[in-house]
Amino acid sequence: MSGTGYQGKKNIPHLTSERLLIKGGRVVNDDQSQYADVYVEDGIIKQVGENLIVPGGVKVIEANGCLVIPGGIDVNTCLHKPYLGTPPVDDFYQGTKAALAGGTTMIIDHVTPQPGESLLEAFEKWQEVADKKSCCDYSLHVDIPHWHEGVKEELEQLVQEKGINSFQVYMAYKGLFQMPDSQLYEAFSFLKELGAVVLVHAENGDLIAQEQSKILGMGITGPEGHPLSRPEELEAEAVFRAITLGNRVNCPVYITKVMSKSAADTVATARKKGSVVFGEPITASLATDGSHYWSKNWAKAAAYVTSPPLSPDPTTPDHLHSLLSCGDLQVVGSGHCAYSTSQKAIGKDNFTLIPEGTNGVEERMGFVWDKAVAMGKMDENQFVAVTSTNAAKIFNLYPRKGRIAVGSDADIVIWDPDKIKTITAKAQQSALEYNIFEGMECHGGPVYVVSQGRIVFEEGKLQVQQGTGRFISRKPFPDVAYLRIKYRNKMMSKQGVSRGMYDGPVYDVPATPKYITPAPSAKTSPTTHQPPPIRNLHQSNFSLSGAQIDDNIPRRSGHRIVAPPGGRSNITSLGC
Amino acid sequence: MVQKRPVKNVSHYSDKLIIKGGKIVNDDQSFYADIYIEDGTIKQIGENLIVPTGVKTVDAYGHIVIPGGIDVNTCLQAPHLGMTPADDFYHGTRAALTGGTTMIIDHVVPELGTSLLAAYDQWRDTAHKRSCCDYSLHIDITRWHDGLFEELEYLVKDKGVNSFLIFMAYKDKYQSSDTQIYEMFSAMRELGAIAQVHAENGDIIEEEQKKLLDLGITGPEGHVLSHPEEVETEAVYRAVTIAKQANCPLYVTKVMSKPAADVIAKARKKGMVIYGEPIAAGLGTDGSHYWSKNWAKAAAFVMSPPLSSDTSTPDYLSSLLSCGDLQVTASAHCTFTTAQKAVGKDNFTLIPEGTNGIEERMSIVWDKAVATGKMDENDFVAVTSTNAAKIFNLYPRKGRIAVGSDADIVIWNTKETKTFSAKTHNLTVEVNIFEGMECRGFPVVVISQGRIVLEDGKLNVTEGSGRFIPRKAYPDFVYKRIKARGRMADVRGVPRGNYDGPVHDVISMTKSVPATPTTRGPSCPGKTPGGPARNLHQSGFTLSGTQMDDHIARRTTQRIVAPPGGRSNITSLS
Repeated sequence: MSGTGYQGKKNIPHLTSERLLIKGGRVVNDDQSQYADVYVEDGIIKQVGENLIVPGGVKVIEANGCLVIPGGIDVNTCLHKPYLGTPPVDDFYQGTKAALAGGTTMIIDHVTPQPGESLLEAFEKWQEVADKKSCCDYSLHVDIPHWHEGVKEELEQLVQEKGINSFQVYMAYKGLFQMPDSQLYEAFSFLKELGAVVLVHAENGDLIAQEQSKILGMGITGPEGHPLSRPEELEAEAVFRAITLGNRVNCPVYITKVMSKSAADTVATARKKGSVVFGEPITASLATDGSHYWSKNWAKAAAYVTSPPLSPDPTTPDHLHSLLSCGDLQVVGSGHCAYSTSQKAIGKDNFTLIPEGTNGVEERMGFVWDKAVAMGKMDENQFVAVTSTNAAKIFNLYPRKGRIAVGSDADIVIWDPDKIKTITAKAQQSALEYNIFEGMECHGGPVYVVSQGRIVFEEGKLQVQQGTGRFISRKPFPDVAYLRIKYRNKMMSKQGVSRGMYDGPVYDVPATPKYITPAPSAKTSPTTHQPPPIRNLHQSNFSLSGAQIDDNIPRRSGHRIVAPPGGRSNITSLGC
Repeated sequence: MVQKRPVKNVSHYSDKLIIKGGKIVNDDQSFYADIYIEDGTIKQIGENLIVPTGVKTVDAYGHIVIPGGIDVNTCLQAPHLGMTPADDFYHGTRAALTGGTTMIIDHVVPELGTSLLAAYDQWRDTAHKRSCCDYSLHIDITRWHDGLFEELEYLVKDKGVNSFLIFMAYKDKYQSSDTQIYEMFSAMRELGAIAQVHAENGDIIEEEQKKLLDLGITGPEGHVLSHPEEVETEAVYRAVTIAKQANCPLYVTKVMSKPAADVIAKARKKGMVIYGEPIAAGLGTDGSHYWSKNWAKAAAFVMSPPLSSDTSTPDYLSSLLSCGDLQVTASAHCTFTTAQKAVGKDNFTLIPEGTNGIEERMSIVWDKAVATGKMDENDFVAVTSTNAAKIFNLYPRKGRIAVGSDADIVIWNTKETKTFSAKTHNLTVEVNIFEGMECRGFPVVVISQGRIVLEDGKLNVTEGSGRFIPRKAYPDFVYKRIKARGRMADVRGVPRGNYDGPVHDVISMTKSVPATPTTRGPSCPGKTPGGPARNLHQSGFTLSGTQMDDHIARRTTQRIVAPPGGRSNITSLS
């Protein structure tokens, strides 16, 4: 594939004139590692190999034995999602700055239209904001807040003209975004036809609503009410249901924010049974747990509020890392959605009003290295897979993103496995005044970050420019999700049994449709009135049994069932 | 409500009987003893009993003597599209007795718009006149609404009903949303009743049905294609989740597939109070018959959840039954004649659902599980009678051979075989789904209410002799654990001081917008929350800096001084 064909619609004068040579590093892709130099020109990787012949005056980065990896892709951020009308404190500028500082060179942000709002308009709004502010390449998921016929046209347009191939549906947020199963089925069916990836926010909203009112009724209003009203069973249940729906429709399903062991196990089990399902743990669920909801410090407890909540089970992060390492979970997102303490405090008297979201866009890659690679659970290739390549494949960005190869975008990170960093709100790029990972030590981090062929992070210093990020459009039918689906479509076509017509007696039923819509007023009236029993016309003496005039004519394949109802017949030969 | 039904004439209880020479088998032990019965009750058990003269002797030599079977899932009265089942209370209970079942619990299915109480009365009236063996009633909640709690309470407290069925399938008809199921489960727990669920995802089924009919598949195979195992499994999983939240015991009727049974087994291992009920059809046959070229035969197997097309299913279910992961066998007997089934000859969704099994149930369990060495005779008694009696609070009156228990006793031949056939069964339907099946183990003598009703292959039943057996709430077997958990499950909040930092201003807009009343039901389109609010904190006003009350010690909270949008060093989050 030639790299030049990749240019997005925006040929911003982003400073790609830089020519770069990355020397002396080990190039790590998801499939192999090799010692090689990388030569970058015009934002594209031009050469990979040893003893490269390059023009003079090229800027050289000495990698000194560090890893040279494809830039991270964070597929779950909310940098513009308003809560009650106010935007998060990390917008596209702050958020992408933090992303780059952590080694992430591309994000996919969620467009979150309100119910009733046009998807297309919301998408355009997001794109406009991101074009102005984003410092790294970005793409967009569109959330479907409400399913109705009119949405279909917009979805079609978004997929075919706007370069969107992933849409999120909600099983939670009752009365707001939640869809019942029949709508989910329809949405899955339609999105499958379009070749899109279905993202699912999996929690049982009906039960959450019940639990919330129960817990508020008990007088619990603090942040601990959040995990108490959203036990992990509700997450696992919804994941199970989403996968069942996906199987029935034969549609790939992507579970965003896998936060608990049981939900992760459900994904893993389904994959072993052959379901096309992907699971995405996030920075928060991989690096911390839900015990902090019980903190005496309200602001701290509230900082952790996200949905599904962090599991209070402290063994969760370890379990999720294990599943990530063995491939049962595939992608690490951040779920970055930053609300300041004063915004969180909107819910100070009622935990259901606390805006949901945690930070993690900057810490994402570091914690995967620290907790999985440095612990020996995962190798460097799998690290590249879960932080970048898998996401690029699932969302159809590969091999432009997610790989160091000739022709790919020059989104490259020089990763130092020995770098030690202590996470603190004081030193972070995010505009938040807190950090849920405060005080944690993290091994492994970026030394250089190259985005679009330009050095944006060098020895702890960021050099970014607002608005340099390009919108990366994504085509439908990503191979990694859809190749199997296409074959299954062919295999799964159902066939009926060809039989002769049934020509035995048929009971007479009065013309009542199967689905009666009952008069709602009748619900409470304790009327004993029963419809009078229908006269069974077959109780009459009329019978089809006995010799018939056409007995000598052989029937096609159906047996003639001669069965006078109510009586006994010896003719029912069931031995076939 | 005035009880109009006349009190049963008890003259036929005067029979005195002694059962000699048999091995008595209960769920916990087996022993050789004689049994003396008088007035429909077991009076003595032991050897060399002293009994009055003129007592009829029943010879049980060489056979086992077991408590009469209890079939907890029958539909002998529930109409489908106005068609009443071919086997009513008379024919059904006759067949039950022939097979060794001396008590049934039938499902009251109120038509939409009928009150539960009215339906209950109607069922009692019919059963009173027609039933040949003791019976009790479950009530199906076909539509949940707020006023129903009082009705349930009345039924539980005054009418002797302690079990209710909830539907997760039959969309737009009986199906309940998760919210409703949660409310019902909570109501059940409060009343001490057993929540039964028909577990299938009705939403998915309806979509699949549409799809199949569009494909031109109209025959009975469409039924199983539109009710795949996964859809059953999903609903069982969801029911388990909801029951866990509501701390309510759960009873899953008709466990038909391997994965559904596995979900129940796993939930039990996690400590859930949950029971699973496979049925005769699921244990004795499989779903391959839906593809029969004979329409009438294929249609005879139509029931929901359907029989699994996986032919290893019966074997698997009987294994789980043997190890205690599943607890109760029922029949879900609900029969329709071929002509009635033929209402759906051009559209499988119209085929009335139900199979036979009331007569064959116990023999099938013996043949598939005991004769094959999976379970012993005591387990057999447990899964065909005792467990049901315990769960539905009939124990030890039913389900046990003990002094004082009802004289519902079966003398069971464990050696010989019997062949099922539509020609010889005691049902009115012309198709038997177990046609030609040879089963080891069958009853030689059946005693119901102390009276011999089956002997020497001859049935001697009296229409209307069956009594209604009321059942009390809070069966110990089920509720002891639930009660203890109810005490343990108190959650407590964290005592903290009030948050007194800055709060972001929002225009009055609540997060919980009044919801559509039910998800999974119809949804209401077009909810438009207001536009984005102006962020008042972007103004220059701030609370940071020294304040006049800074010297006053705060209770336990820290003062979070956090100018929005800016950086603050005071947020100690350690």
